[in-house]
Amino acid sequence: MNALYGLFLVCALALVALMGVGGAGLTGLFGIAIPYVAVAVFIVGFAMKIFDWAKSPVPFRIPTTAGQQKSLDWIPYNRFDNPVNNRDTVVRMILEVVTFRSLFRNTSAHLGKNPQGGPQVAYFSEKWLWLAAILFHYSFLTILIRHMRFFTEPVPWLFQKLDWADSVLQIGQPALYQTDLLIMAGLLWLLARRIFYPRIRYLSNAADYFALFLILGIVISGIYMRYVAHVDIVAIKQYSMSLVMFSPTIPETISPAFFVHFFLVCVLLIYFPFSKLMHLGGVFLSPTRNLPNDTRINHHENPWNPKIKPHSYEAYEDDFREAMVEAGLPVVKQPDEAGAEK
Amino acid sequence: MSLKPEELLASVDYDNPPKTEWMDTPNDFSPGRWPYPAKVDLHKAMGFKHAHEWRPDEEDWHLPENWKDIVHQGFKERLDKYRSFKVFMDICVRCGACADKCHFYIGGGDPKNMPVLRAELMRSVYRKDFTMAGKIMGKLAGARVMEEDVLKEWFLYFYQCTECRRCSLFCPYGIDTAEVTMMARELLHEVGLGINWIMEPVSNCNRTGNHLGIQPHAFKEIVEFMCDDIEEYTGVRINPPLNEPGHEVLFITPSGDAFADPGIYTFMGYLLLFEAIGLDYTLSTYASEGGNFGFFTGADTMQKLNAKMYAEAKRLGSKWILGGECGHMWRVVNQYMDTMNGYLQEGSNLTTPRNPITGTVFENARQTKMVHIAEFTADLIKHGKLDLSPERNNHLRVTYHDSCNPSRGMGLLDEPRYVIKNVCNNYFEMPPQTTREQTFCCGAGSGLNTEEIMDIRLRGGLPRGNALKYVQDKHDVNMMACICALDRATLIPVADYWAPGVAITGVHEMVGNALNVKGQKKREVNLRGEPLEEV
Ligand code: SF4
Ligand code: SF4
Repeated sequence: MNALYGLFLVCALALVALMGVGGAGLTGLFGIAIPYVAVAVFIVGFAMKIFDWAKSPVPFRIPTTAGQQKSLDWIPYNRFDNPVNNRDTVVRMILEVVTFRSLFRNTSAHLGKNPQGGPQVAYFSEKWLWLAAILFHYSFLTILIRHMRFFTEPVPWLFQKLDWADSVLQIGQPALYQTDLLIMAGLLWLLARRIFYPRIRYLSNAADYFALFLILGIVISGIYMRYVAHVDIVAIKQYSMSLVMFSPTIPETISPAFFVHFFLVCVLLIYFPFSKLMHLGGVFLSPTRNLPNDTRINHHENPWNPKIKPHSYEAYEDDFREAMVEAGLPVVKQPDEAGAEK
Repeated sequence: MSLKPEELLASVDYDNPPKTEWMDTPNDFSPGRWPYPAKVDLHKAMGFKHAHEWRPDEEDWHLPENWKDIVHQGFKERLDKYRSFKVFMDICVRCGACADKCHFYIGGGDPKNMPVLRAELMRSVYRKDFTMAGKIMGKLAGARVMEEDVLKEWFLYFYQCTECRRCSLFCPYGIDTAEVTMMARELLHEVGLGINWIMEPVSNCNRTGNHLGIQPHAFKEIVEFMCDDIEEYTGVRINPPLNEPGHEVLFITPSGDAFADPGIYTFMGYLLLFEAIGLDYTLSTYASEGGNFGFFTGADTMQKLNAKMYAEAKRLGSKWILGGECGHMWRVVNQYMDTMNGYLQEGSNLTTPRNPITGTVFENARQTKMVHIAEFTADLIKHGKLDLSPERNNHLRVTYHDSCNPSRGMGLLDEPRYVIKNVCNNYFEMPPQTTREQTFCCGAGSGLNTEEIMDIRLRGGLPRGNALKYVQDKHDVNMMACICALDRATLIPVADYWAPGVAITGVHEMVGNALNVKGQKKREVNLRGEPLEEV
């Protein structure tokens, strides 16, 4: 059901663009106003979210320690999974962000029987999710960067090379981008997982499907334009450059298919800061990963630390003095002293 | 528990979650699914507001009239105080990587025990109350209105989380559901909903110094009993100082070690060790609890109870604190203690700990001034300061259970292993997916080791019990060691149920048994009083 909501919403959005441009001829709205608004919302929204997170302090150092601590000199410690200094913590973060290391650890639990016939849980390494996630994210990144050739003139060397590398296999005409295939594979895997895996289906909500379908919609419309409809690339580049130069003009020859693609991208930009997609920013701010495990070594300040005193020793002794004396435990005040005070 | 292990297993089904969506699945408050509520006077005495009589299985929980405001305000306050909480509310992508990492889910199959859904119980309210998308789109954005049933659901499921952090290890963003659980429990306490198995220990720790409510003279008696036993078994008389000022080291261990089998044997092990090396130390009745049950209710209570350690070290003029085998005590010491209570060190004699026997300076405890006994003993062994006869433990075939808190909140993994391998000759590891940082909870941490939820505990104990069974079958393991007093209590039913025949011990019990002390007679029995010949 949640999947259908998501699919329906994305189809509706695509239709809006198609009707809006193709039918109603609102090219100005879809080609100029919405893109500018989308970029503004994305930038401002993203920044505000980060600012909002950063506003809350980190009262305690709570890294999840994923390896041996640093203690005695002769016990080798796990410097990247249990770092005690900033440098190693940065390495831990880089590994996390660049290689999805925690996800790489993933195992799956299965119930079965042991050889004696008794019940047994077994754990298997489970790397599919990691693989799909890596495929998807890196392809997305590559695609994003190679799209930059639409927004730059002259196109920087890096973007050209990336574009070349991505289509190095030279299959078909226009040459096939490998990332187009890979991102589809990654996305479809993630989607299939949500739909067919009972546990994941149960925990997925409409927003999860919406994000997947939205990106899928963008990818499919992009592929359609490049390999099927063969849209007028020169005109599109002209148009996108005009957006960048803040003197927007829309050539007649741009087909509505482009606007579907472009509109979905705009929706993604607008949706981004308000959704779980903000994990892009949040991963850097997660206190279980981005802090060294060094609170036994160095002082860490909690800005709102309340000064809560314990139940005092004096009160404790008052409570149990007689018994303590009788038991021969040292006391600070003898019963008669304490009695005289009262 | 009425079900046999096979039957319990057969009742677990990961592939057929309830027909209804999780937001529409009603709460099940049948007996055995919830811990008993806290006694009103205890709740009140600890300074919690809105303490009242209520029962989870009754319709009306007698909540304060403005409970929704209280929860909303409390929620907001905590979002402002904890970045962790705010970030964790926002960035979960529901990838499900954490789903089958929780022992309660593995042994129960209830989808709301998947860490991601457990946290969604709170996130859904967060979205409605604090995000624009949730306010506008409602359920489509995964938001829902805070109702009484939601609060009840919080109670049910945040007391089915042992704050073990295993989920956090596998989450690509490090989302720590234990952190979410802590916040949820704080909010529950704000409207007068606490459980007795936490509140009673908290109140006891506060007044008497330890969670069992042992008063000072009784504590002394207990220690003397243990010394009598030690004398009988080894011929060595020990008279440990209690509450005495002027000693170098203050030793604090969980009071569970002073209370029941098999903890007391571990306590006897500590005493023998200190005697053997001639450590200048004292015990304290005022700070006679290492475990911090406040950790299970909220930050303030945790701080209040923890403060006793520094207060007592200062009063007694100790130079540093040695801490016994305790799980969550060490998470609190490692991650919170100095931050919360470091200021109490001012004016004390506390300095960077230095092992007086080996000269090793514990630079890793420079700030907290607190050393873990496994580090301490490992250092002694490494420097050849202990005369050990590991063959006295030859009848034991030992495996080691990493307690969750020191593992995932500290990284104490190799020190205890080093000690064990030096005091006994037969050591076997459980499968790697169940040890070290990937260790599984005993199923009853964070204040859940109460009898009325034994069913849940045994289900939660499945992954640990099963790994134990594996080494029992494969290597004839008959003893599981651990460094947590709670484990020593909770793993017994778990082992009896899932791997009958395996007993539980603390690491220092085995140290005590292997250790040769000056003036001892021929050791014919172990610290449990069992003749060494027979075992
Ligand atoms: S692993 Fe992390 S991101 Fe994935 S569902 Fe669990 S909490 Fe959410
Ligand atoms: S902290 Fe432990 S008990 Fe709680 S949800 Fe995570 S894995 Fe489960």
